[in-house]
Amino acid sequence: MFGRGALRRLDWTSALLYLVLVTLGWISIYSSTFDPEAASLLDPGQRYGKQLIFILISLGMIVVIMALEANFYERFSSLFYVIGLGLLLGLFVFGKTIAGATSWYDLGFFNLQPSELAKTTTALALAKYLSDIQTDIRKLRHQAYAILIFLAPAILIIPQPDPGSALVFFALIFVLFREGLPLWYLALGLLAVTIFICTLIFGTVWIGIGMALVIGLIYMLKKQSYRIPLLPVLGLYAVTLVFSLSVNFVFDNVFEQRHRDRFSLWLRLEKDPEKLEEIRKTIGYNTYQSEKAIESGGLKGKGFLEGTRTKGDFVPEQDTDYIFTTIGEEWGFYGTTTVVLLFTLLLLRLVHLAERQKNPFSRMYGYGVISILLIHYFINIGMVIGLLPTIGIPLPFFSYGGSGLLGFTILLFIFLRLDANRLNEWG
Amino acid sequence: MKKVLLSTVIVLIGLSFISRLSYLQLIRSSSDHILDDPAIKRVYDYPERGYIYDRNGKLLVANQPAYDVMVIPREVQPLDTLEFCELLNISPDHFRNRLQKARTYSPRLPSVLVPQLSKEDYARLQEKMRKYQGFYIEKRSLRDYKTPAGANVLGYISEVSEWDLKQNPYYELGELTGRTGIEKQYEEVLRGRKGVKLIQKDRFNRDIGPYKGGSLDTLPQPGTEIHITLDKALQEYGERLMHGKRGGIVAIEPATGEILAMISGPTYDPDLLVGRQRSQNYSKLHYDTIAKPTWDRSILAEPSPGSPFKTLQALAALQEGVITPNTTFRCYNGFFVGNKKRGCHCGGGIRTMNSGIYRSCNAYFAGTFRKFFEKYETTDQAMDVWEKHMRSFGLGDYLGYDLPTGRPGRIPGKEYYDRVYGDGRWVSSFIISNSIGQGEVAATPIQLANMTAAIANRGYFYTPHLIRQIGNQPINDPNYTERKNTSIDPRHFEPVIEGMKDVYEKGTAKWIQIPGVEIAGKTGTVENFTRIEGERVQLTDHSLFVAFAPVDKPKIALAVYIEHGYYGARYAGHIASLLIEKYLKGEITRKDLEQRMLEKTLEHEYAKPYSGEEFKINEYVW
Repeated sequence: MFGRGALRRLDWTSALLYLVLVTLGWISIYSSTFDPEAASLLDPGQRYGKQLIFILISLGMIVVIMALEANFYERFSSLFYVIGLGLLLGLFVFGKTIAGATSWYDLGFFNLQPSELAKTTTALALAKYLSDIQTDIRKLRHQAYAILIFLAPAILIIPQPDPGSALVFFALIFVLFREGLPLWYLALGLLAVTIFICTLIFGTVWIGIGMALVIGLIYMLKKQSYRIPLLPVLGLYAVTLVFSLSVNFVFDNVFEQRHRDRFSLWLRLEKDPEKLEEIRKTIGYNTYQSEKAIESGGLKGKGFLEGTRTKGDFVPEQDTDYIFTTIGEEWGFYGTTTVVLLFTLLLLRLVHLAERQKNPFSRMYGYGVISILLIHYFINIGMVIGLLPTIGIPLPFFSYGGSGLLGFTILLFIFLRLDANRLNEWG
Repeated sequence: MKKVLLSTVIVLIGLSFISRLSYLQLIRSSSDHILDDPAIKRVYDYPERGYIYDRNGKLLVANQPAYDVMVIPREVQPLDTLEFCELLNISPDHFRNRLQKARTYSPRLPSVLVPQLSKEDYARLQEKMRKYQGFYIEKRSLRDYKTPAGANVLGYISEVSEWDLKQNPYYELGELTGRTGIEKQYEEVLRGRKGVKLIQKDRFNRDIGPYKGGSLDTLPQPGTEIHITLDKALQEYGERLMHGKRGGIVAIEPATGEILAMISGPTYDPDLLVGRQRSQNYSKLHYDTIAKPTWDRSILAEPSPGSPFKTLQALAALQEGVITPNTTFRCYNGFFVGNKKRGCHCGGGIRTMNSGIYRSCNAYFAGTFRKFFEKYETTDQAMDVWEKHMRSFGLGDYLGYDLPTGRPGRIPGKEYYDRVYGDGRWVSSFIISNSIGQGEVAATPIQLANMTAAIANRGYFYTPHLIRQIGNQPINDPNYTERKNTSIDPRHFEPVIEGMKDVYEKGTAKWIQIPGVEIAGKTGTVENFTRIEGERVQLTDHSLFVAFAPVDKPKIALAVYIEHGYYGARYAGHIASLLIEKYLKGEITRKDLEQRMLEKTLEHEYAKPYSGEEFKINEYVW
């Protein structure tokens, strides 16, 4: 049977890293929802029990994925994409609302979150479109189509509202860069983000003065013979200033107070100690508590099930978005760096796998997988340790949630299935 | 470029995460200690404070429950303020004030609304308390004094201050600690050790169970009862005798060094420093800077020892062989220092040591002192020997008894006079007043009592102490159970004691005789100066009396010091004789004398220097 060969050729390094992460994740969920009165590990009334059931389901799912033929995924990718969009659209009619977000279907035994599956279907569809022989990424029209592919689900997800999940889809732009989208798009994007942040921290006036100084310095230090045309430079300068001014305008007039608060918390804009205290108790409560919990772990941590802040539920959402704090408090610096290293290893391994694909579809899908995992990992841990503003998305393989775990498993193992098949391909 | 882009990003993210985590967990890390972890609440279980008994097992200090009305501002529901205030016996304004204060302190932690309700108020309030959400009654334990006496010895307890909290991490805000006296000295024995339960809390401050399954919790260790050496009856009687008089009395059992009574006048009822009126009463006592009721004169007053000091001069001179009991001096109704005459009240004539003591002849002891110093080549040498003898009686330094305060008194040595007069620029005539207990020497009443006990023992003493038994264990502290020898051979004591016996039988204290009791004693009438508006003014003499009885097998040695009491025999002597009779016989036969002593006050004497008018001193008012 084909599947048995596929299992033999499975990249066991990635699979092993996956297993380790899922196990650590479950241990953390167990610790943060531990109830000494419940006896069974599989108790579906407990979150860790439920999660264990989903881990078992995920393992079954892996077997199914590996058993199917590799080109099954490429062939039906468009169909999957359409089904994914359909499920997202259906939420507007049949969706179940939990905590203010209409993101779930009530399937009785569990709640399905289609946005988790849409990540996989979108990555497949993007790979399919880009690998099409007729697609030329250098053409603006094709760039627009490609972007539309991941923009569509994002637009459907935003009004749920779940802006965090919607944001994830934008990470797929990395696939485009890999396939030839000019890198100055990226440079421009980074510049815009930098100006945005600098405007909030320093203000437009200082940006104007700073840029003028830098440009002046470049002109003074350059070789006499090397000429830089003045007009485009001045144009760039003007555009920057206008952008910076518009940032101010948007920040003050378009953003709501809660958004402003998040940014001022993230960029430490508030210096008044009284208001800081106020922020700590309200908008900054989560961040403050999660940082404190992680700090209190120190080098070695307090030990499994010994995290007092974890037990006291001081960190909200600790089994989902803030699961990393459990690691920080109970396993200390050893634990947190281990998790960071495991993620880094898995992602680098996946990059290696993607680059060795002969089939462009496999490579592009691989990049999609990496982008999606990376942005989750980056935003989630970045938020928990206070480097990024509060954006609610789960930590892959760790956070409690059936749809999430299942979604990430499918996402990853479809790629591993494709990888296992690479010797049969002559791309 | 495009192939390594993602890998670079992944590595950069990893690095920035790890550096942020190092900052959080290695540099800024503040490992939660149980003390400051917001997720752990400590609940204390306070043990009862140990009781204090007297030497005969009579209860002196017990405990009584008190009830504090506590409030948790966050949980307060709208209530009928007027009715509630009526129940609590406070004004609505006061109530609102306290509530606001409590809210400012913390909305979710308990504060005291009304401290220390009486039992009656508590009974009235108890059943209605459920009606008032956010309020509850907490039981505390206060001291319950079974005697009106001994306030200075027993001391009192009060809430710990910020300073205490910094000094000793054991204490928490709101706990009680011994402030003075026995309560302070034996604080750790009496208070025991509180038990602590660690409770895991959630972020809403709700209990969610014991921390680590209660494995770190401790049980309270009850306070230990102690027996002290005071004799309740003697102490109470002595304080009654001190009515209207200022001064100090210390009585010691010579055979053990146990303090039988330690009286300071004026004193106050220890019960004043318990309960709701505590701080008000304390201020009243503390700010009485004229009578100073909180100043324990029995251990802090340092008058000149006066004539009782002559006994020590006789002993030192006998020890050094400069006189024998038969050595005589002539008294010219005084004696000469250079060509200045100093007076004497003994009547004049030839004096032996015996009559020198019982008539308290100044000339005799000035002569003895002179001979003592003539024995040595230099004054310095003589001074050292003299100082050594005096100090061996426990004078001139802290005695080492078990109370937290004390004074060293003063036995001036050569360093002292070098400092005062300049190096080597003084001779024995400068310091001759010391021979009659005036001059620079000073001693506290407890030092005088101890000195008397050493004479009663014929040459040794035990450091005076108050502790007798901790729990069921009699003390075995070598400080208190080891005998301290004086530098005088036992054989020299008999002639001096003989003189002291004659003081009582035919000398200066013959007025105080108790039928059937033999006493050895020595009177003292101590000159007394003060400054009024910068001018040195002489006031009525202090009355002093030291004694022990019975002479052969002494059971009690005491020193009585009465400020402005004039002749030694008058107030101090009579009070001493009443105390000795009370202690030895258990009852007083001389009812007239007792009545007079209980009633007479010296307030008119004490008022003189403050009257602003001319006044006479040493008047004969009897």
